[in-house]
Amino acid sequence: MRALTALLVVAVLLGVVWLGAGVAGWHAFFGVAVPYAAVLIFLIGIVWRVVTWARSPVPFRIPTTCGQQRSLDWIPSSTLENPHDGWGVTRRMALEVLLFRSLFRNTRTELTPTKRLVYESDRYLWVAALAFHWSFLVIFLRHLRFFLQPVPQLVTFLESVDGFFQLAVPTLFLSDVLILAALLYLLGRRLLNRQLRYISLPADYFALFLLLAVAITGVLMRYVTKVDLVAAKELAMGLVTFSPKVPTVIGTPFYIHIFFVSVLFAYFPFSKLTHMAGIFLSPTRNLANNNRKRRHVNPWNPEVEVHTYAQWEEDFHDKLVAAGIPLDKE
Amino acid sequence: MYDGGKIITGLLVFLILVTVPVWFNAATHAQARAPQLKLPEGATACVEPTAEMRATHMELLNRWRNAAVRSDERFFTMPDGKVYEKSLSLTCLKCHDNKEEFCDRCHNYLAVSPYCWDCHVEPKGGRS
Amino acid sequence: MAEKTQQELLQIRYTPPRRDWMDPSVDFEARRGSWSYPAAGKNLTYLGFPNPREWSPADEDWKLPDNWREIIYEGFRERLKKFRSLRVFLDTCVRCGACADKCQFFLGSGDPKNMPVLRAELLRSVYRRDFTTAGKILGGLAGGRELTPEVLKEWYYYFYQCTECRRCSVFCPYGIDTAEITMIARELMNLVGLNINWVMEPVANCDRTGNHLGIQPHTFKDNVEFLCDELAEITGLRIDPPINKKGAEILFIVPSADYFADPGIFTFMGYLLLFEHIGLDYTLSAYASEGGNFGLFTSHDTIKRLNYKMYAEAKRLGVKWILGGECGHMWRVIHQYMDTMNGPADFLEVPKSPVTGTVFDHTASTKMLHICEFTSDLIKNGRLKFDPSRNDRYRVTFHDSCNPARGMGILEEPRYVLKSVCNHFYEMPDNTIREQTFCCGGGAGLGNDENMEMRLRGGLPRANAVQYVHEKYGVNLLTCICAIDRATLPTLMDYWVPEVGVSGVHELVGNALIMEGENERPTDLRGEPIGDKEAASDV
Repeated sequence: MRALTALLVVAVLLGVVWLGAGVAGWHAFFGVAVPYAAVLIFLIGIVWRVVTWARSPVPFRIPTTCGQQRSLDWIPSSTLENPHDGWGVTRRMALEVLLFRSLFRNTRTELTPTKRLVYESDRYLWVAALAFHWSFLVIFLRHLRFFLQPVPQLVTFLESVDGFFQLAVPTLFLSDVLILAALLYLLGRRLLNRQLRYISLPADYFALFLLLAVAITGVLMRYVTKVDLVAAKELAMGLVTFSPKVPTVIGTPFYIHIFFVSVLFAYFPFSKLTHMAGIFLSPTRNLANNNRKRRHVNPWNPEVEVHTYAQWEEDFHDKLVAAGIPLDKE
Repeated sequence: MYDGGKIITGLLVFLILVTVPVWFNAATHAQARAPQLKLPEGATACVEPTAEMRATHMELLNRWRNAAVRSDERFFTMPDGKVYEKSLSLTCLKCHDNKEEFCDRCHNYLAVSPYCWDCHVEPKGGRS
Repeated sequence: MAEKTQQELLQIRYTPPRRDWMDPSVDFEARRGSWSYPAAGKNLTYLGFPNPREWSPADEDWKLPDNWREIIYEGFRERLKKFRSLRVFLDTCVRCGACADKCQFFLGSGDPKNMPVLRAELLRSVYRRDFTTAGKILGGLAGGRELTPEVLKEWYYYFYQCTECRRCSVFCPYGIDTAEITMIARELMNLVGLNINWVMEPVANCDRTGNHLGIQPHTFKDNVEFLCDELAEITGLRIDPPINKKGAEILFIVPSADYFADPGIFTFMGYLLLFEHIGLDYTLSAYASEGGNFGLFTSHDTIKRLNYKMYAEAKRLGVKWILGGECGHMWRVIHQYMDTMNGPADFLEVPKSPVTGTVFDHTASTKMLHICEFTSDLIKNGRLKFDPSRNDRYRVTFHDSCNPARGMGILEEPRYVLKSVCNHFYEMPDNTIREQTFCCGGGAGLGNDENMEMRLRGGLPRANAVQYVHEKYGVNLLTCICAIDRATLPTLMDYWVPEVGVSGVHELVGNALIMEGENERPTDLRGEPIGDKEAASDV
């Protein structure tokens, strides 16, 4: 039901761009105004989001330690899982951000018919997540050939690696295959795994459907419907050099694609997709476990009422005397 | 603890990275204008309409190559009865005789390096 | 109390019910055994907490203040400004489900709202609706829920069903820590008088007498002396630990359960023997007579309030540094909160072992050392002689307690000590120890009798792992470095694996330690004949 709601929203978006760019022919609106607005919302939104996070302090140093602490010098400490300094934290964060370390740990628990709990390593989610995120990054970077003039060698190199197998014309990109497979897997598990379906919100499906819409329209355009690439680049370059130009020879599929991309950009800062930035600010991961060595300062450290020793001694004076426990005041 | 410095640095790096197209093109003085092609003089029509050729010529060439090399089907007839040989050098390049001012302009613009010239002798006018 | 049989408890279904999770209703009457009694009014009054009253969760009317909603909103707003963790954790969850089957309460109950993701979602849904733009506009479609009395009741049920063990945080790709969510949710509930007595009574006791159990100074001394009498009987050595002694080198602080009840007292006896043997210049304090800190299960301000006594007493007595006993959440507080809250401890010196001369540089700021670190150093430097065969009736395994494992990382020290003092040590399966360890089911104030069903359920994964090594290696002793564990695990073991006993690490140290001037020990610290393997079956 929640999945259908999300699918419906994506379908409505498709209808909007179909009617607007396809039937009514508002190419300047969908080719220029919408992308500009979307990128602006994206940039301001992300900055606003991160600044909002940053304005709340980190009152306590609360890393989740996942390995041996650094204590006695003859006990090897786990500098990656329980870093004690900035360098360790940097490496821990790099592992989290680039390779999804914590997800790699994932296990699946089952209660056997004999009522034993068994834990098995379960890395499907990790594989799919890596495949999706890295493919997305590669595709994103590959698209720079439409936005840069001249096209840097780094981009052409990436493209040649991505199309290494030289299958078909135009060359089939590995990242295109991977991103579709990964997204379909992520959607499939959300729909088929009953626990996951139970916790999923419309927003969870919406993000997947939107990404699928972006990927599918892109793939269709490259391999099936075709587009005049020179015109496409002319439009893209017009946007990034602030001299927008709307070529007349681009078809509706192109506008559908960039409309979905625009929606993705604009939606990003206001959704769970902000985990892209949030991961860097997670206090259980980005702090060193050197708590007892270096004092962490809380800017709002409050004054609290306490029961002082003097009060305590007064409260229990007679009993202290009777027990022969030394007093401050005789 | 706020770590404001680190966060602002991170945000700046992020903003610089996502705005690469803006400042990169400003630095290279790139123009939004599409490359101008030198069209063959005298010829009025290609084997397919212009729009079609712009979007799908690579597929046509691929089909031609496969047909000619693998099935030995070397000719095709246009709707108007004209017969062409399925050949890059003998058909395409006959009209589009300046690779540098025709093929290369777009291919360079989009950083495409077709593998035509892995086998075919490259006509005068540099690599495509 | 356990009215349900093992077979009944084990009818666990992990398939979620038809009812949507957004429906908050909880039938408290039907779920007796899975919630804790509310705090008695007297404890709240003593502490100056809001809305003291007598009530029961099974009542329809929870006697909330009229403006409870505004109070919660205001409290929420304030905490969003104070805790980056809260904001980031509420905003970034993608509901990937990696945490779902990592919580022992989910594994033991099958209740989907015990999946960490949904536990956080109980708070997140309110946050979405009232603190985010999308939620304000889209409401339920964006996953928002209105804060109704039913939602508040649901909070009470589920946030007092989380032991803040942080296991989910290990597996979360963004490190979202449900302990943090639960702590703040409990703070919010405190604002309108929704707290449990098993937390608030210890808090009130601790503030007043110095320890959770409300043991007054003369009884403190009596208890210590009683244990010394026992030790004299077993070892022939008369020990007289100083209390509130000014000018001692070290202040030693333990969780109060260690000088109160079996089996913690045996651990305490182990400490005393060790200190006697090395001639440590230390003092106990009847004022700072609690290592644990139930403030951790109440609010950040309360942590600070209770923990104040440690540094204050160290300063008053003029000691050089502080040594801490075996306690789980105590060490989360000392390691991750104390210095920030009650420091800087610039009146103390960096802990240095008077025996080995080792300077414990990793404690340079808090000036507080864990007893397992201290003992490991002694053993490594060959300052202790052991007869591990005195522990031969035990086949030992080690339960990493949640807080020292995931909020500190003290994994090897206790193992090193254990392997030095006993001959038979076996690890439980990898997915159940170290950073992946399971909770005893009774942490964070949930170790009370009225919550027994949920304790036994939450303790199931731990018990299951113990059962595994019990059957495979004949393990009959579950050791730990946590006083809550020592209080709750015996019940858990009695129910699920009755052949296995529970002890602290230093109990085994005390057993094995060869001391100068001791007589041939007739029994171990529990009064059981040494080396009698037959006795092993009824530890």
